[in-house]
Amino acid sequence: MVEQSFFSVSGHVNRPGNFEIPLGTPFSTLLEMAGGVRGGRKLKAVIPGGSSAPVLPGSVMMDCTMDYDSISKAGSMLGSGAVIVMDESTCMVKALERLSYFYFEESCGQCTPCREGTGWLYRVVHRIENGLGRPDDLDLLNSVTTNIMGRTICALGDAASMPVQSFVKHFGEEFAFHIEHKKCLVPKDVQHEGSKIYVA
Amino acid sequence: MLDIEIDGKQLQVSDGITVMEAANQVGAYVPHFCYHKKLSIAANCRMCLVQVEKAPKPLPACATPVTNGMKVWTHSEQAVKAQKGVMEFLLINHPLDCPICDQGGECQLQDLSVGYGGAQSRYQEEKRVVSNKDLGPLVSTDMTRCINCTRCVRFTTEIAGLMELGQAFRGEHAEIMPFVEKTVDTELSGNIIDLCPVGALTSKPFRFAARAWEMSRRKSVSPHDSLGSNLVVQVKHDTVKRVLPLENEEINECWLSDKDRFSYEALNGAERLTRPMVKQGNSWIETEWSVALEYVANGLKSIVAEHGADSIGALASPHATSEELYLTQSLIRGLGSGNVDFRLRQTDFSLDESLTGAPWLGMSVANIGTLDRVLIIGSFFRKDHPLIAQRVRQAVKKGMKVSAINPAFDDWQLPIANKLVVSPDQMSRRLLGILKALSDQKGVEVSSVFGEALADAVIDDGVLAVAGSLASGRRVAVWLGNFAIQHGNASDIHLLAHEISRVSGARFGFLGEAANSVGGYLAGAVPFGKLKGKNASEMLSTALKAYLLLNVEPELDCASGFAAVETIAKADMVAVFSAFKSKAALDYADVLLPISPFTETAGTFVNCEGRAQSFYPVVKSLGDSRPGWKVIRVLGEMLGLAGFALDSIEEVRKASFGGQSSVDESKLNNTVSREGAFVSSVATQGLQRVADIPIYFCDPVVRRSSSLQATKDASEPVARMNRRSLTQHGVEAGTRVRVSTGRGQAVVLAVEDEGVADGCVRLAGAHLLTAHLGTLNGEVSVERL
Repeated sequence: MVEQSFFSVSGHVNRPGNFEIPLGTPFSTLLEMAGGVRGGRKLKAVIPGGSSAPVLPGSVMMDCTMDYDSISKAGSMLGSGAVIVMDESTCMVKALERLSYFYFEESCGQCTPCREGTGWLYRVVHRIENGLGRPDDLDLLNSVTTNIMGRTICALGDAASMPVQSFVKHFGEEFAFHIEHKKCLVPKDVQHEGSKIYVA
Repeated sequence: MLDIEIDGKQLQVSDGITVMEAANQVGAYVPHFCYHKKLSIAANCRMCLVQVEKAPKPLPACATPVTNGMKVWTHSEQAVKAQKGVMEFLLINHPLDCPICDQGGECQLQDLSVGYGGAQSRYQEEKRVVSNKDLGPLVSTDMTRCINCTRCVRFTTEIAGLMELGQAFRGEHAEIMPFVEKTVDTELSGNIIDLCPVGALTSKPFRFAARAWEMSRRKSVSPHDSLGSNLVVQVKHDTVKRVLPLENEEINECWLSDKDRFSYEALNGAERLTRPMVKQGNSWIETEWSVALEYVANGLKSIVAEHGADSIGALASPHATSEELYLTQSLIRGLGSGNVDFRLRQTDFSLDESLTGAPWLGMSVANIGTLDRVLIIGSFFRKDHPLIAQRVRQAVKKGMKVSAINPAFDDWQLPIANKLVVSPDQMSRRLLGILKALSDQKGVEVSSVFGEALADAVIDDGVLAVAGSLASGRRVAVWLGNFAIQHGNASDIHLLAHEISRVSGARFGFLGEAANSVGGYLAGAVPFGKLKGKNASEMLSTALKAYLLLNVEPELDCASGFAAVETIAKADMVAVFSAFKSKAALDYADVLLPISPFTETAGTFVNCEGRAQSFYPVVKSLGDSRPGWKVIRVLGEMLGLAGFALDSIEEVRKASFGGQSSVDESKLNNTVSREGAFVSSVATQGLQRVADIPIYFCDPVVRRSSSLQATKDASEPVARMNRRSLTQHGVEAGTRVRVSTGRGQAVVLAVEDEGVADGCVRLAGAHLLTAHLGTLNGEVSVERL
């Protein structure tokens, strides 16, 4: 018997919600169950296992099935099963800024790498988003995350690092564009359109 | 035993230790900040990450227990990369203001950043700023420098016994702070300065006074409490700049009480006496040593000739060195008198002839941790013996049960299993009760001497609990505190405590009032033994013709306060040997001889466990002041006395107590036996005074340390009574009351304190405000103003 699992699909889908599906169901099926990407826009990225799991590009996700092996091979993890779907109107820098802010705020402050590192990560991403990025910022982000990962008491340090690493890895061009052009690859009006409140 | 390998070195270690401890054994230094051998493991700084075979990621050495076959690399590429990464995080929000930081030069963060820090910061963002906190007059804060290691938090909680600091807020906003509107008031607070690995907590009195590398470090011994903490005195330009602990696991471990640490401020204070002075008519003139000493010698000679040797006497401070005490008593005895005493706050001397040796702790301080039952009789334990209390606090965590009997309790910051709050006049009856109950429980006969007195025994639940606790112990001690020694019927308490310890098979000892309470007996500075004489109390009740006062300020150091001063003032000659010029002395003294305090003289203190600790001057004598032993020696020679041709401190030391560091145990003995039946004075009295000697009033040096005087422990004495006593005497808490004895009165604030026994008023001694009461014990009346 195939194990059932719950997935909580949120983000840019027409019908966000909790879905119980057998492990191994293709992601495309899950996406369909959630009503597909809203507004018929293109799928850009998916965080398959909650905000601390590495993000995967939409194209990679569409080839995955929702089980531990498949997602792990693709470079992420099933984690909490909170699937965050992002469409093409999403600015990945802004998305990461929001995620990093969350971890910056959630750090308890007990141990050094996370207490100091999460703030550093957030501030650098925040700077890039606001047109103050520097050419070596992406290397810096990678380096800071490796200094946090595996060095902390609890897993929050790792959780804060994985989104940063994966966003930079898969969407490095978008970050580079931000740094070079002091603006977003995704035009503002597209972002604005995408951020409208969805009414079914 | 486990076999492990650290940095390629094979070693055997005992089970249960951490990688950090194992690394220390092979001399591999693992960088760390939050780890401290005396504190609990926090593992929050992450600086001690090391590589462990088969571990997927570096592990903190301080929190990782060793396992058999473990292979550890403390300086491998993986380990160093982790350590460097952590160092970078520690530095990004650190102000890097080393040039203006007091910790500069002795800062763990600075030192380790040399090895593990980057040449340049990669952090280009805004740095965190943290507001400074007011921790009181001793500890200065620069909280932006804090790296949140929480050593200070763990210290106040675990070692000092009360959480006075904590980490508030979260993440990057986390801050170390005291409770709202509170300061750090523990008597051990100075240790957080040593513990702080950065410049966040620094010494307020020492602030900006010198750099660590400018000072020389010299060993010394604390002249205050009976523990004899080992000191490192730091000196620049022949001035004491600060005092740090010298680690001695058997005595003070790595701690110091604030009294030991900050009292040095008095040494260069305005009240230092630096020139010999002689009173002519009503005015004081500064003079030469030869003139002053000649004056004293001639005065003594003529008084002895005219009134007999018994008309002279010496009162010495229990904080004086063994050498000074020995020479003082030699001088007095050489002149034919036995009037010498150093037990200034004691009033009951009736056991003097029954003593078989110097009263001492009866065991070594280091062994306190091995006890499982302790009975502490008559002690303001925590404030009188801060570091012994600390040892007991740690022992309690390992299962020691503490019983205590005292007329008033403040918070000892340690769990007291059985607490008897009993008025001074009832203490004997409770001790008799404990004795009786113990004898029943242990099946050991009480000595027949106590036979009749046992009829007075009070046996209640508290007494039974204490007896039960002592009877169930395997390693038991019974200690007498300072209050018991100063008690009006101290001999009763001594005899009873001695018998209780015999019946329960316990070690019996005295916690000791001062740095040289044991040394004073050994030096013979007591009016019995070779040549008998008057004790401190007798010398101060009827005036002698001449007094020598060695570091004594009678109004504060003697039991009878200003009454003592009145008696002394009647003498024909009063010669004061002191490091300080006290106001009262200018009235009653005829000669002031400036002698050096502990930092400027060689000497020895024998601590409560009978350990003689000798020390040498760390700075030159201030002005014309001279070491006391030299002054008294010269005086002895001028008087033509035998035995004063001693050229070196070592010779004096040898004459005083043999000179070896461990005192002959046969000379230390707490055994007493008094002939005849024990009769306890059980007469009930009215409202009784309970006088504690506050920690920062107890000797002339601490009284003059301005920072210590600014602490809460040095606040003005108040009359503490419980609610019942307050109502009974028609007094309201918070109002001023007049406390009077037959001899004098004091006007103080009345305070409600449920820690005080019924029928008692707790009012501190050793303070000018209460010195007119003329006694530390006995009945007082309290009336509304």
